[in-house]
Amino acid sequence: MRIVVASGKGGTGKTTVATSLALSAGDSVRFMDCDVEAPNAALFLNPVLDNRKEVGIQLPVVDEALCTHCGKCAEVCEFHAIAVIGKKILVFPELCHGCGSCTLVCLEKAISERLDVMGVLESGMTAMGVDFAQGVMNVGEPMAVPIIRELKKWSPAHPFDIEIRDAPPGASCPVVETMRGADFILLVTEPTPFGLHDLKQVVGITRELGIPAGVVVNRDGIGDNAVEAYCAEAGLPIRLRIPMERRFAEAIASGRTLVDAAPEYRAAFRTLLEDITARVAA
Amino acid sequence: MKIAISISGNKLESPFDPRFGRAAAFCLVDSETGEWTAHENPALSASGGAGVQAAQFIAKLGARAVVSGAYGPNAFDTLSPAKIEMYLAPTDKTLTAADVLALFEAGKLGKAEAATHAGHHEGHH
Repeated sequence: MRIVVASGKGGTGKTTVATSLALSAGDSVRFMDCDVEAPNAALFLNPVLDNRKEVGIQLPVVDEALCTHCGKCAEVCEFHAIAVIGKKILVFPELCHGCGSCTLVCLEKAISERLDVMGVLESGMTAMGVDFAQGVMNVGEPMAVPIIRELKKWSPAHPFDIEIRDAPPGASCPVVETMRGADFILLVTEPTPFGLHDLKQVVGITRELGIPAGVVVNRDGIGDNAVEAYCAEAGLPIRLRIPMERRFAEAIASGRTLVDAAPEYRAAFRTLLEDITARVAA
Repeated sequence: MKIAISISGNKLESPFDPRFGRAAAFCLVDSETGEWTAHENPALSASGGAGVQAAQFIAKLGARAVVSGAYGPNAFDTLSPAKIEMYLAPTDKTLTAADVLALFEAGKLGKAEAATHAGHHEGHH
């Protein structure tokens, strides 16, 4: 079973929920930090990252001696990353998405590919037995999606029953890529106008993808009742509420997980997981 | 010589469009005969690489010079090897394609010797 923890708005508690869910899920848990622009779950789970792999996209390399300048590559490229102008062929690496279409359509086999490294994947076990993996995008790279895609494809060291993906914030391509292929999406929000606004955006994505979703209200007690009202109207079950408490904030600020700081929540996270399992099986 | 002018419309009286890659259309004028044709810019709806696509488009139309208000790095790097000369028309007044053509023919337009602005894509190299 693959569960994505997403939120829309940043800082609502995705990583707080994802890490505590992982620590409450028993054996055979795989954790993936898909927020490749700023992965931080490792700060809480403390894995020993002993596997490493460079990843990126495959950029076309044209052999000018074989190229007949037929222009098929330029025609097929959705992003205009390869251009044919008279007897010249130009490649624009920063426009390339690495789809490989140009290589496929080249009748002369004039195009080969080289890996353009955009970041690294790292993995290792945590002391609590979680099989942990994260992607880390190189500074200055514009596209997170290829790294997330490679992270999802990276074979785990151990077989797993439950995979938990900590999503990036926002509601754009990296979030969609993180959600793709998941069985359930847990949406962490806070009862504020900002939390609600962004929650609606990610709910839209889950519906487009046709993946069941549920809500966790974090910092419960602040703000207003609009999130509550929206969830009721949208038929989104609120599966867990975590109240606004100073001790939680202090624990998380010092790198501790919620279930470590408040072990009484372990049962609530187990129940949450059982609810999700039942919903996915339904 | 054929000159492409970025325009928003389909006539010689249509307003000059100062954008290159995202121009609505190009007016192609033959400087010897004065004949002109209007061509919708296929790059207008491109998800990316509009400058590259627009440059290939006007190259295929046979343009040897282009007049626009700005050229990004990818447009510049595609037009340069195509040996299409890039001219800049003023963007601070309302001009028609015919006005721009008159300025071009009077030799009053300067050439862009480099990209006029940074790309809309952050390069990853």
